[in-house]
Amino acid sequence: MAALVHGGDDVIPLRTESLAVGYRGSARQQRVVLADLDLTLARGELVCLVGPNGSGKSTLLRTIAGMQPALSGRTLLGDDDVATLAPPERARRLAVVLTEAVDVGVMTATDLVALGRYPYTDWAGRLSPSDWEAVRWAMEATGASALADRQVVELSDGERQRVLIARALAQQPQVLALDEAVAFVDVPRRVELVQILRDLARECGLALVLTTHDLDLAIRHADRLWLLEPGDPRSTLHVGGPEDLVLAGAVARAFHSDEVAFDLERGAFVTTPAVLARVAVVGHGHAAIWTRRAMEREGLAVVDRGPLTVEVQQGSWRVVTPGETTEHATIAEVVERVRTLLPALAEIPREAAPAPDPPPSAPA
Amino acid sequence: MSVAGAAATPATRVSLRAVTIGAMAVLLVAVFVLTLAAGSVAIPPSEVVGILLGRAPSEAPWATIVHQVRLPRAVTALLAGAGLGVGGLQMQTLFRNPLADPFILGISSGASLGVALVVLAAGTAGTSLVDGLGLLGNVGVAGAAATGAAAVTVVVLMVSRRVASAATVLIIGLMAGYATSAVVSVLLYSGLGRVERVRAYISWGFGSFAGTTWSELRVLTAAVVIGLVIAAATTKPMNALLLGDRYAGSMGLRVRRARLWIVLGASLLAGTVTAFCGPIAFIGVAVPHMVRGLLRSSDHRVLLPGVILLGGAVALIAGLVAQLPGSDAMLPLNAVTSLIGAPIVVAILLRWRRSSTAVMT
Repeated sequence: MAALVHGGDDVIPLRTESLAVGYRGSARQQRVVLADLDLTLARGELVCLVGPNGSGKSTLLRTIAGMQPALSGRTLLGDDDVATLAPPERARRLAVVLTEAVDVGVMTATDLVALGRYPYTDWAGRLSPSDWEAVRWAMEATGASALADRQVVELSDGERQRVLIARALAQQPQVLALDEAVAFVDVPRRVELVQILRDLARECGLALVLTTHDLDLAIRHADRLWLLEPGDPRSTLHVGGPEDLVLAGAVARAFHSDEVAFDLERGAFVTTPAVLARVAVVGHGHAAIWTRRAMEREGLAVVDRGPLTVEVQQGSWRVVTPGETTEHATIAEVVERVRTLLPALAEIPREAAPAPDPPPSAPA
Repeated sequence: MSVAGAAATPATRVSLRAVTIGAMAVLLVAVFVLTLAAGSVAIPPSEVVGILLGRAPSEAPWATIVHQVRLPRAVTALLAGAGLGVGGLQMQTLFRNPLADPFILGISSGASLGVALVVLAAGTAGTSLVDGLGLLGNVGVAGAAATGAAAVTVVVLMVSRRVASAATVLIIGLMAGYATSAVVSVLLYSGLGRVERVRAYISWGFGSFAGTTWSELRVLTAAVVIGLVIAAATTKPMNALLLGDRYAGSMGLRVRRARLWIVLGASLLAGTVTAFCGPIAFIGVAVPHMVRGLLRSSDHRVLLPGVILLGGAVALIAGLVAQLPGSDAMLPLNAVTSLIGAPIVVAILLRWRRSSTAVMT
């Protein structure tokens, strides 16, 4: 498997030197999104490029992939500037996977992957046995072999992106750049695809950079993050291991908003609604965890001891108040019961905050 | 039905394609011979083949009819059909638009403008030289059409060299087309031209394969052959462009250069054919769709020979129908190609949609 990726161990597949990216309007007008970037992308690593919308993820990725001109500085693939490298040679070193849908008409998955051999074939695009070997390898490595004879138009989003990753791999690049390539894929398939990408990095020594808006996915699977923090006049780029950036508060700052806060324990953003009341959830196991989540969604603070207690038992729930105890078969029923109790329980008014409207009572 | 197609092994698919392309070639030869045989004087097909092979026919005038009248017409139809079909295929891929045809960059409007200028100017000059629109008139019309088509194409090409997106080039071409059509309308209705000159312009607009002489055919043949060679040389870039400009560029294609060559080739094909035959509708749109459906492929290496063969055959059939067998009247060629082409495009698009959604649900 590893034999099919080019490049020696000593070469850094991709690095940038004082790179500035952004947009040129007219001759003198330009909007710099990011500047002074000295980045490296090593063999065998998966870097996730994350940041809020508009922070310049795609702009940076397109610039280092040579699809958009740099404002200043340069990107090197090996020892050569991506901007001056002959296009076929660039394509042998760097391949891309994009979000945009491809409309290829009547074409099988194999034919689509075979297009990845473009920089290697002759003027007529004929594939040699070694080209076919690379196509087969790319489809196996991405688990796309079962799709070989399917028409591309018939594939699901996840299957199509898998085939497009295989197509990029058939270019036998040292660097693979993916621009929101898993954005429209459902979550299990998304994790599967990222796992495939990780394996490719590890086993074949590929250098991978992936933009994504899925922060959780990036924190769980990336070797390093390139984290964009939006700012005025331009964004800042933080580089580091995902866990380090989380602990340093960089992730929380980059995605800061008044509506949500980064929960360090869960590694995810949570909404911060006004606390209406306190509830104790007694019990163990998955049922208790998901009961706590439901209570938090309803605006209740989960505490050890409170005026309201939910007891989680084997397959049933009991809602206990000082006056009354009720039995329920589902969490949805528990939520409904708690809502009817809320007006009486809302005994902790938040300072300066108006009292919350009583929730609509459930129809009898 | 698509499931069966998808399940076919690559080997059976390839041989099926070879058989289909073979059938297209047979169809082309058959309608070519039929075109030479049919007409106000019916000549038996066996005699036609004999004349083509250099044998003396059983009735002497037949050789003259075939050589001087029917053969130029048949060869013109063949070249026009192949050229327009290939031009349409190129434009549909380049602009990723199933309704694109070789005239999308304003080529036919440019040709119309050239013809309108010449015909109307000749009319106002009031000379009797071009009255019959004989040989001299025809050369003048063809030359004017070619000049007009080339002028509009050059303008569109120059603008499109500065533009990154193919969609913008498409819109620029459409706008150039509207503008030149407007100028033609102004010329026609401003009363500059005499009635018979306006009529000559209108009859050019109907389209015809019958007006070409052997000397004109040399020019047409050379241009179509060069255009087809460019098309053959750009099949690999066109396959890459199926994925869109950005993917194609990432695979090492110099997108703007490839686009320039493809547009140049298509303009040469469509411009020359329009100059000699008038603006012929629908062959450029319909034939690539028919071939894609028949060969079940988007690979230009397979589509190109198919479009050449079927384009020639469709043009010959349209020419045969336009002659109204058994009568001396001639139908406007454009009416025939539209009547054949429009339903075919609709049928293919409907079937295509149904088969792909049926599998998806």
